[in-house]
Amino acid sequence: MKIVTASPIPSLVAPFTINEVLKLLPWLAAAALPLVLPGYEPLATQVFVMILFALSLDLLVGYAGIVTLGHAGLFGVGGYTAGILSVHGFTDPIFTALCAMVLAAVTGLAFGVAILRTKGLTLLMLTMASAFLLYEIANKATSLTGGEDGLQGVSFAPVLGLFEFDFRGKTAFFYTLVALFFVFVFVRAMIHSPFGWSLRGIRENDARMVAIGCPIMRRRLIVYVISAALAGLAGALQAQSTQFVALYSLSFELSGNILIMLILGGSGRLYGAFVGVPVFMFAQDLLAKQDPANWFLGQGIVLIVMVTLAPGGVLGVAERTIDAIKQRRKA
Amino acid sequence: MDTAMLETRGLSCTFGSNLVIADVNFTLRPGERRALIGPNGAGKTTFINLLTGRLRPWTGNVLLNGVDITDLDEARRIRLGIGRTFQITSLFPRMTVRENVFLAVAECEGIAGNLLRSVLSYGRQVARADELLHRVSLSDVGHVPAQLLPYGRQRLLEIAIALALRPKILLLDEPAAGIPTAESHIILDILATLPNEIAVLLIDHDMDLVFRFAQQISVLVQGSILVEGAPSDIAADQRVREVYLGDNKHGRPAAA
Amino acid sequence: MATLITILFFGVAYGMILYLISVGLAVTMGLIGFVNLAHGVFAMLGGYATVSFMNRFGVPFLLSLAIGCILVAALGFLLERMLYRRFYGRSELDQVLFSFGLILVSVAIVRIAWGPLAQPIQLPNYLKGQVTILDLALPAYRLALVGFGAAVIAGLWFAFDRTLFGARIRAAVDNRAMAESIGINTSRLFSLAFGLGTGLAALGGGLGADVLAIAPAYPLQYIVYFLIVVAVGGLGSIKGPFVAALAIGISDTACRYFVPEAGSIFIFAFVFIVLIWRPNGIMERR
Repeated sequence: MKIVTASPIPSLVAPFTINEVLKLLPWLAAAALPLVLPGYEPLATQVFVMILFALSLDLLVGYAGIVTLGHAGLFGVGGYTAGILSVHGFTDPIFTALCAMVLAAVTGLAFGVAILRTKGLTLLMLTMASAFLLYEIANKATSLTGGEDGLQGVSFAPVLGLFEFDFRGKTAFFYTLVALFFVFVFVRAMIHSPFGWSLRGIRENDARMVAIGCPIMRRRLIVYVISAALAGLAGALQAQSTQFVALYSLSFELSGNILIMLILGGSGRLYGAFVGVPVFMFAQDLLAKQDPANWFLGQGIVLIVMVTLAPGGVLGVAERTIDAIKQRRKA
Repeated sequence: MDTAMLETRGLSCTFGSNLVIADVNFTLRPGERRALIGPNGAGKTTFINLLTGRLRPWTGNVLLNGVDITDLDEARRIRLGIGRTFQITSLFPRMTVRENVFLAVAECEGIAGNLLRSVLSYGRQVARADELLHRVSLSDVGHVPAQLLPYGRQRLLEIAIALALRPKILLLDEPAAGIPTAESHIILDILATLPNEIAVLLIDHDMDLVFRFAQQISVLVQGSILVEGAPSDIAADQRVREVYLGDNKHGRPAAA
Repeated sequence: MATLITILFFGVAYGMILYLISVGLAVTMGLIGFVNLAHGVFAMLGGYATVSFMNRFGVPFLLSLAIGCILVAALGFLLERMLYRRFYGRSELDQVLFSFGLILVSVAIVRIAWGPLAQPIQLPNYLKGQVTILDLALPAYRLALVGFGAAVIAGLWFAFDRTLFGARIRAAVDNRAMAESIGINTSRLFSLAFGLGTGLAALGGGLGADVLAIAPAYPLQYIVYFLIVVAVGGLGSIKGPFVAALAIGISDTACRYFVPEAGSIFIFAFVFIVLIWRPNGIMERR
């Protein structure tokens, strides 16, 4: 697996090496966006939120080998939690985001206990059913969620009491970027930890993992809950940055989209989310406006072509190209 | 009288309506070197699966140090000190050799649940994984994905993974399967260096290996133990010859 | 009492449609093991074919249905041979992505060809109105659904249990390697079974056009129900999904009647409970 053997893996408390500083550069560049491209903060914020969401999905799909088409359920739980809390007077962003994470984690736990006993088609179906169930609940509980019209009256207090959510979206921009950074560091540490390795082991050969004494149900449940919490965080950030929550955040469409975004960049490769999300959202912005049918057609064709010819997404292709160049250099 | 390390009492197992393991009473003592032989289809792998918990018996008990473990699931039994290798190689195909062994070390040492510390920061466990690789002569291919290893070396990796668990009881299901007889001495060498405290149960068809390794041999035929005894006794036993060894012996037993 | 019977009746009709559409998926899942999320596409195409032949060419309902089935079955057969089989050894994720991609492409094509709105279906005169049986006024359409559905299902079960083709499928589901070794051409079997399954789906889609509306979002909206029928009923079986489909049809209808505010919440909750109890489906052999 490329990510493990390619670069030196620091522990969370590693001293700063040149490598580390280099890796911080993209983040610093991103933070400089408001200076370079003012006006694009809201779009960038959306991208950050979706990258965070995709990272949470990658833990399941790319590492633990759990294919889910219902991850939007957890995203929506986070969004609606934050939104509903704010409507009822709890407007501190960090507090509501934490609540959203907790509620999403609990939801993930409740469903995970049932879902993770199954496999294959049944598991996939249950992930879908869980999201559909949540969607229906939100749809029908209109007094709480606003139903089809979406949640009205969402507004949040300044972050840390200092940074107000402004019209231009600069606060939201930095707020989500910082959140994304922390989540990225966490996910990266997890991937390179013994736990992360055991997830890959479970994905590669779960029977063997049992035969080395691994409690696989417990491990999978833990990663499912963590993934749920992170998805819930993404949902909360969405609610906080757009000051709105809609049923779309629980929809099958979103579950499908986020999976495609991840696959486009490449699952099981930490940076896949960072590549796939902007590409997808850029393309969506370009094509979906004209005619939704064309957008679906393009997505479908790209998906089929990619699965046939370029599994592993953009990063997969990049890896193979680099390998090919290396081989040629040796020869 | 020694306390038996691993024991079965009246163990029976069915597949559909077939009695695959029939009322087996079996004892593996601490440090014993035992071989389990029998014709194909006798139920040897099934027996191992019953011992590890991969299969549940229809009736009967499995006991570890006198404690009934029949109701414990496989992972728990493994953690209690039972290690096994698989007849059909079961590795983590796209993970490297080193990663394969480390996974087992991590589970054994209880660090596998740690989410935040990098693997490489666990110096002691990484060193033990490397030492295990060295012991099975796989140090040079540590960074190779397991599925790219030649078959014989995959069998060695199987053993390394089982040894990583620091088992008190080691169940080896045809470790030399598919390895040419000329090269099977590698397996024998590894078996010879196993600590004396580990009880080992070896299943194999290579009679050369079996007779050189075992202190005691059990013969399993159609799910029942036909006879148990020292290698020389088994080789001389007429029933065994008829059922399994035939008149053309595959390997010659060591001199008694 | 009359209400209960009517609910039961409507539920059975709904369940039959679900079964007709889903049984193909159950068989191909058990046979091939391929997670085909795009199964609903074939039901949808059956619906569009039926409606189009009726509305544009004035072909009678039953004939349109038949033509639609045959066309879709042929399409399914071709797609299996040309596209699906490339993914048979691939990971579950790849299969899911491929079939999801197929859904998106089909939804787009259908939307471009027929527009975004649901297709209006004009039931033939003999299916309109009501029929009175034992003091109950039941819609003729639903009555026909139940009757026709029962006939098709009986035929299917007969074919499965009594014909050579059915026996081959059962053998291959049970143990593919063994089936191959006794000379069954599993490759051709898969294609034929796939075609049959998609043809049945088209039948269900066309027949049930008034129950599950024919619109571009069809495969995305309803796939979860087909998957539920298969998962609850058991992969590879054709009797289990029947029980599951009826159970879902009846309970969904009953729930929507007695607690309309809950929508489909009960069905999904019900599915979870069943699968916690029996993770391998209700027909799980002990």
